[in-house]
Amino acid sequence: MIGRHRHCLGLADYSPEDIVEVLDLAVSMKEVLKRPIKKVPSLRGKSVVNLFFEASTRTRSSFEVAAKVLSADSLNWTASTSSVSKGETLIDTVKNLEAMRPDVLVIRHSAGGAPALVAQRVDCSVISAGDGSHEHPSQGLLDCFTLREKLGSLVGRTVTIVGDITHSRVARSDLYGLARLGARTRVCGPPTMIPPGIEALGPTVHTDLKEAVAGVDAVIMLRIQHERIGDPLIPGTREYSRLWGLNARKAEEWLSPTCLIMHPGPINRGVELEPEVADGPRSVILDQVENGVAVRMALLYLLAGGPEAANEAKA
Amino acid sequence: MKAVDIERAVARLAAEVADRARAEGSERGLAIVGIRRGGVHLAGRLRKRLAKLLDHEPPLGTVDIALYRDDLDEKGAVPVVGPTDVRFPVDGKTIVLVDDVLYTGRTVRAALDELVDFGRPRRVWLLVLVDRGGRELPIAPDFVGERLSVLPQEDVQVRLTEGGAAEDQVIVTRRTP
Repeated sequence: MIGRHRHCLGLADYSPEDIVEVLDLAVSMKEVLKRPIKKVPSLRGKSVVNLFFEASTRTRSSFEVAAKVLSADSLNWTASTSSVSKGETLIDTVKNLEAMRPDVLVIRHSAGGAPALVAQRVDCSVISAGDGSHEHPSQGLLDCFTLREKLGSLVGRTVTIVGDITHSRVARSDLYGLARLGARTRVCGPPTMIPPGIEALGPTVHTDLKEAVAGVDAVIMLRIQHERIGDPLIPGTREYSRLWGLNARKAEEWLSPTCLIMHPGPINRGVELEPEVADGPRSVILDQVENGVAVRMALLYLLAGGPEAANEAKA
Repeated sequence: MKAVDIERAVARLAAEVADRARAEGSERGLAIVGIRRGGVHLAGRLRKRLAKLLDHEPPLGTVDIALYRDDLDEKGAVPVVGPTDVRFPVDGKTIVLVDDVLYTGRTVRAALDELVDFGRPRRVWLLVLVDRGGRELPIAPDFVGERLSVLPQEDVQVRLTEGGAAEDQVIVTRRTP
C-alpha cells in the first residue's frame, strides 16, 4: 500500500485506504513535532521545490517546515519574483527547475489542472498545493486529520461546509476526503456560489445556514475568494455576513454544544466569522495549522521515499 | 530457545541490570526503552521484573526507527512508520535500550540517534535477547540473553505470547530466496 501514488494531485484519486495511510502516518509525524529536537533524518539529501504561482503564507510555510523537520532541503520559488513575470511558460519554468533535480515539486497555481499537466512532464513527484478551483488535497487531508483527531471515526458524522463552494478548492478536497472516510456532508451558501451538480460529490445542498448546521459535528467556514470571482455573486459582504456568517449568538443558538468550527484560513474576520467565534472554545483553526505540518510531512515521506519505490510497489 | 529458556534469560538479564544499576548508584535514574517492534514486549517484561527487584517501576518508552533508517533509497517501498512514545525526560537517565535480536547493529545505531533527539541520557545500555553476530557497525551489547551462531541466509525470529504467538520461542529459519 505504501508509496502507491507517485503524485498527490487531488483526493479524487485517493481511495479510503490511501487516505487512512496518510492520516495514520501523520499521527507519528505529529509526535516528532512535539519533541525537544524537532528533526528526523529520514529525507536527508532529498530536495523539495515549492513553486508558488499564487500568494500563500500558510501552505508554503507548512510545506517548508515539513521538509525541514524531515531533513529535506527546500527551495522556495515565487512567481512574482521570477522569470514568469518576464514571460516564461509554466512548462519552461518547471523544466528548468527540474534540471536542478528536485525529488518533490510542490505547486500552487491559479489554473485548475496545472499540477497534473506538470506531473506529466517531469520525472519527480508532484504535490498540488492548490490549483484554481480544482483541489487542495493537503488541506483536505489535514481537515480530515483534525476531525479524526477530535471526533474519532468519521463514519456517520456530519460536516457542513459554508461559503463560496463554486470557487473553493478546499471544499472539493474536503468533500472527497470526508466521503471516503464515511462522513456525511452538507454544503451551504448563496445560490450563486453553489455549483450545479455538486451533489454528485455527496453533500446535500442548503441555502439556509440555520438548517444547514443543525445537529452537525463540525462546520467548515470558507472565505469568499474575491480574487477568483469575476462578476460579483453577492450584493455585498454585509448581507453575506448577515445570512451566512457565524457570530457568537448564531453559534450558541444553532450549533450543537460539541460542534467544532474550522476554517482553512486566511479568515476575513467580520465576514464569515466573528472574532469571538474564530477565537472561541469550539474553534480548532490553529489545530488545523499545526496538523497541516504533520500531514505534509506524511505526504513528503511517502512520495520522496522514491518514485522508484512507487513504481516497484505498483508492479 | 524454548519458553522456559526465554523466561530464565529475561530473569537473569533483569538481575544483571539491577546489579549493575545498584553498583553504579543509578537505580533511581533507570528507564527502559524498547525498539519497535521486537523489543517492545521484551522491554515490558524486563520492566515488570525490575520493578520487583528495585521496588519501583522504571519509566518505559518505545522508539520506532523508521524515520532514522539509512536505507530509504534501497528498500522496495518506504518503511511503515510506527509510533514513538518517550514521555519521560531522557536527560540524565540511564537508559536500557531493548531489542529482541542484535544483528548488523544498524537498527541500534538508528535507535541511538533517535534517543538523543529526546535529550542527553547519562548513559545507554544495550540489552538484547539474542545476539546473532554479523555486525556491520562497531556496536556491542551490554547484556545478552543468548549468543547464537547463525548463517547469513538464516533468520532469527523471536515469537512472544504478547505478539500473538501460542508460546514463547526463538526459532532459526532458512530464508527462502
